[in-house]
Amino acid sequence: MKKQSFLQRLLGAPYVLWAAIFIVVPLLIVVYYSFTDSAGNFTLENIKSLVDYKEIFWISIEYSLIATVITLIIAYPFAYIMSRKRESSQRIMMMLVMLPMWMNLLIRTYSWMNILEKNGIINNLLAGIGLEPLKMIGTPGAVIFGMIYNYLPYMILPIYSVMVKIDKSVLEAAEDLGSNSLSKLRRIIIPMSMPGVVSGITMVFVPSVSTFYISQKLGGKIMLVGDAIEKQIQSLYNYNLGAALSLVLMVMILLSMALMKKFAGEGDGNLYV
Amino acid sequence: MKKVSGNIFLVLIYILLYAPLLVMVFFSFNEAKSTSVFKGFSLKWYSELFSSANTINALRNTLVLAALSAVIATLIGTAAAVYIYYCRSKAWKNTLDVVTNIPMMNPDIVTGVSLMLLFVFIGRLIGAKESLNFMTLLIAHVTFCLPYVILNVLPKLNQTDPHLSEAAQDLGSTPLQAFFKIILPAIMPGVMSGLVMSFTLSLDDFVISYYTTGSSFQTLPLLIFAMTKKTVKPDMYALSTLIFVTVLVLLIISNIIQAKSEKKERVGK
Repeated sequence: MKKQSFLQRLLGAPYVLWAAIFIVVPLLIVVYYSFTDSAGNFTLENIKSLVDYKEIFWISIEYSLIATVITLIIAYPFAYIMSRKRESSQRIMMMLVMLPMWMNLLIRTYSWMNILEKNGIINNLLAGIGLEPLKMIGTPGAVIFGMIYNYLPYMILPIYSVMVKIDKSVLEAAEDLGSNSLSKLRRIIIPMSMPGVVSGITMVFVPSVSTFYISQKLGGKIMLVGDAIEKQIQSLYNYNLGAALSLVLMVMILLSMALMKKFAGEGDGNLYV
Repeated sequence: MKKVSGNIFLVLIYILLYAPLLVMVFFSFNEAKSTSVFKGFSLKWYSELFSSANTINALRNTLVLAALSAVIATLIGTAAAVYIYYCRSKAWKNTLDVVTNIPMMNPDIVTGVSLMLLFVFIGRLIGAKESLNFMTLLIAHVTFCLPYVILNVLPKLNQTDPHLSEAAQDLGSTPLQAFFKIILPAIMPGVMSGLVMSFTLSLDDFVISYYTTGSSFQTLPLLIFAMTKKTVKPDMYALSTLIFVTVLVLLIISNIIQAKSEKKERVGK
């Protein structure tokens, strides 16, 4: 028995070490950089200058919240309709949803820039039929659209995977007991699909709020938190301010996820006995 | 009527999902340099692509990095999953669980920046000229792949019958033999899907690589990023089209294999 526990430790040691050095320590280093200047002396300057980024944080949250809500509105009926199809077509439809995700986000976003830009495909078509060109790139709408487009599959997947598990006989029983479609939706489908909705929301919100490429390509001068971090680290080499921005972003996301978890934990209790 | 409008909705979303991919494929065959005005059919961007040492180099780098990080993450992660499964202390188990979840919950940019700061910090301590290089990139990739391996293997471990390995040991096999003969075959599907997932995650990663690689090592996503900083020529679309077709073929093959094995299972029953 003793021998086994030594073997076990041997198995766990590489991961425990790896996780300590490359997962835990980096977070402490972020805190360290946030509270020091470039010479390594303690300072609150970085934290104080975050005030200038209030606006940027606010629009990042605003855009990604809007994107998350619209994604949910599209993905929910999409997943529902899909889950009612024949099994063989469900497989193909699912593959078709996942396929675009295999294309790098950079390429998909750049391609949208080509479609939406001033001399882009849509405006060329509009000019062809004699209409005025539209200004799309550089607007908040374009950034939000980019988020919705890129992360839509992340919302469809988890919702679909809980919806296919809803037992048809439960729905039939509800019908027999006199439920109409609306009460079936309200009493059975929505509560039972909550876990999928919750993970979909986090899977869309987190990458949206921290993106920098989407806003760079589709947003023109619009700057999100991700852009601010990228600028500090990759072009101004101000690692300390970059660290402080990352720290706030991280804390913000962890807090909102904890909130979500709490909310979801209370929400689905009644049907998952 | 309801069914028709539902189908129209699905088709519209699919069109939206595929619009940029169609644009990409279409303009990769453009004779002109533009990616929004089509002048005529040509394959010249494809031939240009294969004669560019930069692209071939980046492709090789990407594959080497993905293979190495997938193998390392799978070895460490599988061992870790077995360790966590047999771990008796509940508090320690929970701590490991939280730590394992950190790279998955954190946005990529925070993971990338935090690792970069660690490497820069260590680089400064040891006085290295360049603190970021291939090794730091590899470490970063293994780090973000590890949780996915563990999460693929752990459920398989939970499904195995604990009495089987005990029975094997009662019949005289050592714990090691019991592991390799009983447990490992049982969790193999999880190990394999962890490996494949790590490989694809590494292939596709841009954000974390962007912060943790040195100037000397470029992967395909990093090359694409550099290319899209300027106005893009259709050669990038040609490259993307090739990647897309490769992925499509692989997906179709794996789907056919999966469908066949499911059919077999059903017949077997």
